[in-house]
Amino acid sequence: MAQLSDAVLFEYLHIEIVGYIHRCADENEKDHCIAKLESLGFRVGQSLVERFTRESTRFKDELDTMKFICKDFWNSVYRKQIDNLRTNHQGVYVLQDNKFRFLTQISNGKQYMDVAPKFLAFPCGMIRGALANLGVNSVVTAEVSAMPACKFQIQIQRT
Amino acid sequence: MSRQSSRAPDPRKVNGELFTLTYGALVAQLLKDYEDDDEVNRQLEKMGYNIGVRLIEDFLARSNVSRCNDFRETADQIAKVAFKMYLGVTPVVSNWSAAGDEFSLLIENNPLTDFVELPDGHTDLNYSNLLCGALKGAMEMVQMEVDVKFVQDQLKGDNITELRLKFIRRLEDAVPAGED
Repeated sequence: MAQLSDAVLFEYLHIEIVGYIHRCADENEKDHCIAKLESLGFRVGQSLVERFTRESTRFKDELDTMKFICKDFWNSVYRKQIDNLRTNHQGVYVLQDNKFRFLTQISNGKQYMDVAPKFLAFPCGMIRGALANLGVNSVVTAEVSAMPACKFQIQIQRT
Repeated sequence: MSRQSSRAPDPRKVNGELFTLTYGALVAQLLKDYEDDDEVNRQLEKMGYNIGVRLIEDFLARSNVSRCNDFRETADQIAKVAFKMYLGVTPVVSNWSAAGDEFSLLIENNPLTDFVELPDGHTDLNYSNLLCGALKGAMEMVQMEVDVKFVQDQLKGDNITELRLKFIRRLEDAVPAGED
């Protein structure tokens, strides 16, 4: 199988996807755009993790799964690891990336804070999709306090 | 910890799959949004164009190629350097027109279509149309207007995927897109 190999392509494609989804929506459909991007991400995360873990053994527990997301998954997608992982041991995990790849092209500081959600919906969906396929149902949200740092909060859904 | 090492995927390989899968999700979304294949082709080309316009800078910065003297040299650079760098494949340049202004890129394994099967009823869809747009956008940034289209596509049962590039004209004073 031929291999494409460049990270730049993925980044540019993501920018275009965000642009496209927002181009074809009205001003009052913003939430709808975010949901669409999230579900695209979900789909990608789901199929990607299936290919990643094809030859690996079962994860020990939830924390082990999270570590996989922070290290291997993050490394393959964004070429770096999550900088900090925290948990309250009650089903909430916070993944902090101090230099999130999709935000590095936006100027630092507060000026463009309002556009950040656009670029975080797809990554959130990817995390949710990856976890879903590893048997963990979750809700994933992202929070930015200063670009390009970003926190992803994963809330495990147990039902 | 042998388990860790067996789990860690080769990042290069995975990154390729990531792009392929993301692109697939995009095309699926487009097909949902527009029922008309031609419109999907147009959208893909437009996005490709935007990518190409940016990508050329990355390409020139990293590849260290110098100015091409003729279109044949350009064709070689596209096939041997650009495609290799970004898609990991090297298409064959062939079918030159007599005037030397038109050629084909023959792609054996198009990585964009690795996991793809076209459903029935999409005979007009050019799944990888993003490539046409990207080539057009990138070439425009080096003052060449070209026409790019798919002639054959393995997804549609052809033996090979063939992209046809036609040189239209040299752009003398490059005006940024959208400002002319």
